Amino acid sequence: MRALQAAAGVDAGDTAWMLAATALVLLMTPALGLFYAGLVREKNTLNTFMMCVAALSVATICFALVGYSLAFDGDGSLVGGLGHVFLQGVGFEPRDGTTIPHLLFFAFQTTFCIITTALVSGAVVERMRFGPFLIFAALWSILVYSVLAHWAFGGGWLQAGGTLDFAGGIPVEMGSGFSALAAALVVGARKDYGRQALLPHNAMYVLVGAGLLWFGWFGFNGGSGFGANDASVLAFVNTLLTPAAALLVWFVLDLLRGRQVTAIGAATAIIVGCVAITPAGGFISPGWALVLGGLAALPSYAVIVWRTRTRVDETLDVLAAHGIAGLTGIVFIGVVAQMSWNGVSDGLLYGNAEQLGSQLLAVLAAPAYAFGATYALLRIIGAFTALRGPDRDEAVGMDIIHHGEEAYVRGEGAILITPEGSVEDELAAVGPGSR
Amino acid sequence: MKMVMAYIRHEAFEPIRADLLVKGFPSLSVSEVKGSGRQKGITERYRGAELTNYLRPKVKIECVVAAGDVRTVVDTILVHARTGGVGDGKVFVLPVEEAYRVRTGEAGEEILQAHASDAQE
Repeated sequence: MRALQAAAGVDAGDTAWMLAATALVLLMTPALGLFYAGLVREKNTLNTFMMCVAALSVATICFALVGYSLAFDGDGSLVGGLGHVFLQGVGFEPRDGTTIPHLLFFAFQTTFCIITTALVSGAVVERMRFGPFLIFAALWSILVYSVLAHWAFGGGWLQAGGTLDFAGGIPVEMGSGFSALAAALVVGARKDYGRQALLPHNAMYVLVGAGLLWFGWFGFNGGSGFGANDASVLAFVNTLLTPAAALLVWFVLDLLRGRQVTAIGAATAIIVGCVAITPAGGFISPGWALVLGGLAALPSYAVIVWRTRTRVDETLDVLAAHGIAGLTGIVFIGVVAQMSWNGVSDGLLYGNAEQLGSQLLAVLAAPAYAFGATYALLRIIGAFTALRGPDRDEAVGMDIIHHGEEAYVRGEGAILITPEGSVEDELAAVGPGSR
Repeated sequence: MKMVMAYIRHEAFEPIRADLLVKGFPSLSVSEVKGSGRQKGITERYRGAELTNYLRPKVKIECVVAAGDVRTVVDTILVHARTGGVGDGKVFVLPVEEAYRVRTGEAGEEILQAHASDAQE
């Protein structure tokens, strides 16, 4: 009986861990919703979270229908084939090179596509219309994420050329970060940007979101060894170490700059640390992972400070926290990767300068593609429909304009509109337990 | 002495504050209020319950000035708060009988707006 056995070549332990890891990564998207929602103004709370919820739907469907095939079918140089469109041929037998069912491998990869698509929304929150965002999310997950995932994971030219990326420094982190920059440029700044202080409305959401993201990241990095194996354990442990070091260095930078350690800065540091170890997790020693955390804090901190002084309203600093930290992690592999830890390759410090070259290639190619493709995609969508509404909508807030709801509704002054019905219906509608 | 009391849209506040500051009126109070007027309500939906909220959020500004300054302050508010749509708000001018500065006990018109000499804090 099929239900009682696994397909040949499938390992029960590996499969068990990957099932759990997939669920952990899925949690990261609502966690990101919390993180983002806390960073925006009260009137845009729901819309910001809903962009992440939108990715849960749209990116999942698009990845299942087309994206997964483009990313993981065959080893074409630039893009995969169409053999797995509509999940054809994705079943219980193990995915090549792994000991887990192909279906599970697909689900795990889908959660990556979801979170990455949601990440890009950070650049356009508080102003982009919800409808065009849905179209953008659908097309972006196919045209940008799936292509970059193929380059890095699916046997595309970067992976074939020896570039190492353990859990997504290329498609997830640099992909989202540099796409976010392009999206911010096309959609344009919020109308009050640079004129008024646009403050985070709930720092607690930001901290809770960051904490849940870190938790989910153990599945993200720890699952990228595709089993209960050494690479997964190393990445798992490094996911503990790098953010810890990033936090400490961020504290110091905050102290030097403003004599106080900020909570939102700390939440950002957790993300930066998790991002930096994402590509490097299974390739570098725990000692170097600590160093990476401290090191990665510096450029990301600098970009955040610099970005807010520009006219570029890349609102939630996806570029600094993801693009730049991911880039740092990708380069760092080329320097300190150790064959004795990863069984794959050494870096520059261990006598293999070539690895650094492969890593730098990815640093040039991935941001260029992500930026260019996202810029073009949004321009094209923008030619058919307005990406943002009138200034008046922005003043009222996206929650009421696009969703007809408020995050912090108090109910005073609200009058229930009842459908034509009997008095009993109306009484039932206003009675206890009706909402 | 008069109190200018204005109910305006949120987005109008920042330009008004900046302009009043430039014109020498840094002292004002602001509160978030809700009210109903001719502006139509917001329709919202929660789990199938559809409702209209007639109370719309507004910002209330209170600013006490010398009688001779009322025109300047009111005009500043009108210029920045007007979009031409229903819901721009209202401005009221009320008489004020006395005024005291808590810190020094001084009284009268001279305490109303900060002067260059004591604007340091």
